[in-house]
Amino acid sequence: MKKIILSICTCLALLTGCNDEEFLTRQPTDLLTEDQVWENEDLVLSVLADLYNRLPDYQSVEIWWEFANFDELFASNAGDYYRHQNQDYDYDDWGIWDYSYIRDINLFLVKAQEAGNLDAESRSRFIAEARFIRAMVYFEHVKRMGGVPLILEPLEYDNSGDPTYLQHPRAKEYEIYDFVISEMESIKSELPEGGTYSRATKGAALALQSRAALYAGSIAKYGQSTPNVSLPGDEVGIPLSMASDYYTLALAAAEELIKSGTYQLYNNDANRSENFANLFLTKNNNPEVIFAKDFLVQATTHGFTIDAIPRSLREENTAGGKLNPSLNLVQSFELMDNSFAPLPTTDPSGAVIYYENPQDIFSGRDPRLAGTVILPGSTFRGAEVDIWAGYKLQDGSIVTSDQLGGRATLPGQTDPEQVVGYDGPIANLEWSAQNGFYLRKYVDTQVGSGQRGTGSSVWWIRFRYAEVLLNAAEAAYELGDPVKAVNYMNQVRRRAGMPIDLTPAEMDFDRIVHERKVELSFENHILWDLKRWRLAHQVWNGEAVPLTDTPGDADAISTRVFGLKPYKIYSPGSPNHLKYVFEEFIPTPVFNAHRFRLGNYYSKISDNILTDNPKIVRNPNH
Amino acid sequence: MKNNIKYLLGISLLAIGISSCAYDNYDEPKLLFEGNLVYNGYPIGVSYNDVYFQLYEEGWQTFGNISVAIDQAGSFSSLLFSGDYKLIIPADQGPFMNIPNPETSSDTIPLNLRTGLTMDIEVLPYYMIRNVTITGNSTSVLASFGIEQVITNSDARPINEAVLYLSKTAFVDGRTSISAARVSGSDITDLSSINLTTSVPTISPTQGYVYARVGLKIEGVEDMIFSAIERVDF
Repeated sequence: MKKIILSICTCLALLTGCNDEEFLTRQPTDLLTEDQVWENEDLVLSVLADLYNRLPDYQSVEIWWEFANFDELFASNAGDYYRHQNQDYDYDDWGIWDYSYIRDINLFLVKAQEAGNLDAESRSRFIAEARFIRAMVYFEHVKRMGGVPLILEPLEYDNSGDPTYLQHPRAKEYEIYDFVISEMESIKSELPEGGTYSRATKGAALALQSRAALYAGSIAKYGQSTPNVSLPGDEVGIPLSMASDYYTLALAAAEELIKSGTYQLYNNDANRSENFANLFLTKNNNPEVIFAKDFLVQATTHGFTIDAIPRSLREENTAGGKLNPSLNLVQSFELMDNSFAPLPTTDPSGAVIYYENPQDIFSGRDPRLAGTVILPGSTFRGAEVDIWAGYKLQDGSIVTSDQLGGRATLPGQTDPEQVVGYDGPIANLEWSAQNGFYLRKYVDTQVGSGQRGTGSSVWWIRFRYAEVLLNAAEAAYELGDPVKAVNYMNQVRRRAGMPIDLTPAEMDFDRIVHERKVELSFENHILWDLKRWRLAHQVWNGEAVPLTDTPGDADAISTRVFGLKPYKIYSPGSPNHLKYVFEEFIPTPVFNAHRFRLGNYYSKISDNILTDNPKIVRNPNH
Repeated sequence: MKNNIKYLLGISLLAIGISSCAYDNYDEPKLLFEGNLVYNGYPIGVSYNDVYFQLYEEGWQTFGNISVAIDQAGSFSSLLFSGDYKLIIPADQGPFMNIPNPETSSDTIPLNLRTGLTMDIEVLPYYMIRNVTITGNSTSVLASFGIEQVITNSDARPINEAVLYLSKTAFVDGRTSISAARVSGSDITDLSSINLTTSVPTISPTQGYVYARVGLKIEGVEDMIFSAIERVDF
């Protein structure tokens, strides 16, 4: 009897337990289902934030070392010396093939179309933003790889054992550019005019449109000078006949943005150098910034300032001073009378020039120089930066030390004194101004931003108004309208503090190259610009030549980074006592010239991709 | 005793491990494939590590290639496994055009490698540098040479420039040059007789010789063609 009762109870317990459907279909508490996400705008926004966050940059404040690959920067960091020692760029350098990212964006778009519970207006904005991100990613692919397969929906494998229907051939190079341009054309009205820097806006769409059209136009035009860099199926290379249409598009998009009046050049500080430096640091009501990757203290920060801050001001004991802008770049900043000249270390007869103050050698140059570079004798965060290489005696011999701020006894003295700056330059001493300069652009002035625990919240600007003006200037010039071109370019130059406007007659190709070089240095432009103008293989041609004395020439060879050493003269009784002289030099770790081969114009598509998809053709010259 | 067995077991396992390596590894490639890139039997000089051809062996899961670099004097060599290869000189490689292979009527050269092979590959250079004499002393080096245009039909390309390079080591081209003299193609009046002189800079550490050769840059062709490397003793 007892047994029977027990078994009935057990049966009852089991049956009722199983009856409880909810027990087996409980909602997970640690993850959100797709349906839940697509009912809530905030959650959709966080999915979108992930897509924004994955936008690739070749160089940025989070990837400082890539700035040192060319002739703009010396990397004062032993682990990066190899960048100045390898001769050739690898064929797969700056390559990209990120179809998992594109698939995620395509999936987002499909889900967004189906999500009926979202407010219609915000849904169309989400869709437009995802299409903006997708166009940015395809633009990133086309400028690195040429034409790539244009996949606009998430591909699904049907497990049939035959994946050939998933293999797509490469689109033509101009088809990808056309895609980017037409996408921007169709979504720009769905996006807000402004009001945000880190999400897509109409301004960001127009800026991308003008940049993409400008790139396509210049590849069509200047690609003719490198006929080998092309493929018969146009996967690489754009026909010359399309150049003027692209330039027209680039100008139209830029002018639409300019005329909208949403953006202006940053103009808050009377001191032009301060103004240029603050353009990149000011986040409150900055009228110039169109689209940026933003950072926030105590949330997401980056370590750019930790690595770049002058050695004598560093806030961590194991880093700092790694970014030394090259003398090549420094001498590219023109004089106030719009002419170009190397830094005058000697007079025309070859006699050494003596300077009262270390900064005097840089006087009378484009104020953007001091806004981009921390020069010897200048101040940063209110403290003087101590850059000088040693004492030079009457007989030409040098008294210096191999330690920062090191001491030695000068002839005729009894006590040792400081004989080299606390910031260098000292040969082979990493994390200091080894070539005589520090970077200022994007380096945070906020105290604490140089600490590892805090980090810097300076944003990374991807599009800004000055670039759009320069896009307009270049497109107008290429369309044969130098008056319009010079008008746009002079706006940028006036803001920079150049007192004399350029005339339409002075407007030429070299001016355009130069203006982008100095205005947009360290903003991830140099490689893509020199590539689209087909200048890269001429400027970085592998020849170890001296520093050019014509820095205004677009095709001046510049294959190695140079530095500048300031010396103090020590000769008591002479009028030159304690004055400064300067010497050009090549930092010791630099011993090879950069060579950009024709095969570097479009990165190598890896053998794995070619094996998986026989429809993909190789890029030229590999 | 028990311990001894353990040791014995350990040693015999080790012995198996060592000896088994002979069985489960491939032999290294042993067939030497070598030769020169030539035009009518004359080797084509190029710059080091710049010009290469590709060897494909079909039938494997992945489709990669073996890249074989051409040495400065136009020679190449590669150690390979026995097999059927396809040799391709990629378009735009080298200062020459490919001659279609009679067997495949394309740029593909079939290569059935069963034993070591010495093979010269004929190509069609745009120009050849002829009758090079390089003389010099510790202050200057003089090169006199002629240029023969080989391709004269619609594929012909003009000369961009002719350059005399000096180098401290036996690697001589624009990358290693310590002194160079150049004449641009439009300034050459007589193709059969060109003279270039360049000064010898101070070499540190001091050495009593330099290496020199002449290179020719052709319009629209990335790789230069070079003469043979000469050592000039002071």
